[in-house]
Amino acid sequence: MKIIFIAWKNCWQKAGATGLTLLLLSFGVGIISMMLLLENQLNEKFNKNIKDIDFVLGAKGSPLQLILANVYHIDAPTGNIKVSEAQKIIKNKTVKEAIPLAYGDNYEGWRIVGTTPRYAEFYGVKLKEGKVFETPFEVTVGSYAAKELGLKLGQTFKSNHGLDKEGEEEEGHDQLFTVVGIYEASGTVIDRLILTPVESIWEVHDHGDHEESAHAGIVAAEEHDAEHSEEAHEHEEEHAHEEEHAHEEELEVTAYLLIKRLPMAPMILPQLVKNTNMQLALPAIEINRLNENFGIGMSVVKAVAILIMVISFLSVFISLFNALRERQYELAILRTLGGRRIQLFVLILLEGFFMVALGLIIGLVLSRVGITMLSDMAKDSFHDEFNAMIFLPQEYYLVGITLGLGVVASLLPALRAFFMDISKTLSND
Amino acid sequence: MAIIQTSDLQYTFAKGPDLFFPSFQAEENSELLILGNSGTGKTTLLHLLAGLRKPMAGEVVVNGVKLNSLGGASLDRFRGKNIGVVFQTSHFVQSLSVLDNILLAPYFSGNKVSKSDAEKMLDRLNILSKKNKKTSTLSVGEQQRVAIARALLNNPSLILADEPTSALDDENAKEVLNLLREQTHTLKAALLIVTHDNRLKEEVKQHIELKTPIR
Repeated sequence: MKIIFIAWKNCWQKAGATGLTLLLLSFGVGIISMMLLLENQLNEKFNKNIKDIDFVLGAKGSPLQLILANVYHIDAPTGNIKVSEAQKIIKNKTVKEAIPLAYGDNYEGWRIVGTTPRYAEFYGVKLKEGKVFETPFEVTVGSYAAKELGLKLGQTFKSNHGLDKEGEEEEGHDQLFTVVGIYEASGTVIDRLILTPVESIWEVHDHGDHEESAHAGIVAAEEHDAEHSEEAHEHEEEHAHEEEHAHEEELEVTAYLLIKRLPMAPMILPQLVKNTNMQLALPAIEINRLNENFGIGMSVVKAVAILIMVISFLSVFISLFNALRERQYELAILRTLGGRRIQLFVLILLEGFFMVALGLIIGLVLSRVGITMLSDMAKDSFHDEFNAMIFLPQEYYLVGITLGLGVVASLLPALRAFFMDISKTLSND
Repeated sequence: MAIIQTSDLQYTFAKGPDLFFPSFQAEENSELLILGNSGTGKTTLLHLLAGLRKPMAGEVVVNGVKLNSLGGASLDRFRGKNIGVVFQTSHFVQSLSVLDNILLAPYFSGNKVSKSDAEKMLDRLNILSKKNKKTSTLSVGEQQRVAIARALLNNPSLILADEPTSALDDENAKEVLNLLREQTHTLKAALLIVTHDNRLKEEVKQHIELKTPIR
């Protein structure tokens, strides 16, 4: 038998009585740990996806919305811009590269994005199987979307109009998309997108606008497909984008992701956007702004959690102190049996330590459960998820600080046990 | 050699009268009853004898060791090894079983006593069947036996009992006294009982009467 065994037994003996203490402590720890996990993963997601995108060119509206919709794919787009109008900006010599993004359709709520193969390359996403889309109505699917949708190579599907799954049947399109490739998991937005050539989106909506009878639609689409795919193929390979677009003045995209070539781009480009119905948003600035607002909320929640923890440490202290009064005879007897002062001191300290450690473990488990639940919610609304099964370096501090404060809270009761007058205690019998 | 020997013990509480205690000594296999009404300092004397409190004057010598000369941890150890104390009401570590509670005695005094020795002790006191029970589930009589088992497990040469029978009915009181006497005999120890229980007066021949102090 050891002091540690007695302390452990005592801790469980009191577990019922100190349930409230444990509850408070585990909630405090749980909330803080959950905030840490969330903050860390959100930051990682945001930073990974900004990558080297310097500007997003899109329709006027909220710049933050433009960024969220086109960099993170979690908000509705601000509208479309004309390809012809965007030319003078993306052709500017300060711009190194412009990647088009065209929205308009979804499959089972997963966004279909019209773009070029450069989009996935830019994020360094590699193919897992199949090939990268080349002609209209070929799609290459992000790993997470493929997994969740159960899409396989060669599979075909019809898209729905808009970005949400709600797609009433009348709004569905009749063209069949074919899965030609699946990307490897990368932890970037590509994972949850379905990529296709911009032309697919243009074609779908060309038909969508003058929808006739369903049967005629299918035939027309198929014919058109065959023609267009060859055409587009040639263009992709041999000509620059702008040439292709020049023929079709009315073509629209949702946004261009711009990467600058020269450092003076931030001075020159905004001038070019003036007097158009386009805007140029800087992801880094918008996300900083978002973080600041988000940060205030996070700080409030953290402050509340810290308050809960302070109360729980008080509770640890009070419950040990009260228990000491009830158990003073018990402790006096231990001294009578030959127990030394220091042994009683260690006993009480260990009991406090165990109580705090128990609350800590429950709290860390709670936060994992919370993140898992949140991840399920994020899965439904953003097709994204959080990893609950990681342990952050910051959490080591949380563990250290909690255990340390637990020892501090038990120190006074332990000292009281140390200095107890056993004869007086036993005389009050 | 006497197991315990006291000389001119005196103790004064902050707001109380001076307590002077008669000197006495006790040998192996002896029984001594210390009688007195409440306020005569019975419990105080017992605490002085056990080294739980230091006297203002006088000396307690147990097995040739002056308790005054020991301090702190070494006094705690000495008490654990040489003196077994049975209190009026029994207190136990609530979270531990009967067996673990009596094993606390060898653990804290640093004596080597095996689990089977502890079980033998419980058997001698007829409570072996309760060894895995929590102490709070036992009757008062059973609890008193556990307290005796705990006090005796270290084979002490001095057994001090503070009102061991006053909470018990006649039958149980007699049984507890017999148990204490038997074990004293087995251990070749000295038994000192502090009590105001007149039932014991007829049983134990040797008495010391404590007088009410003059204020």
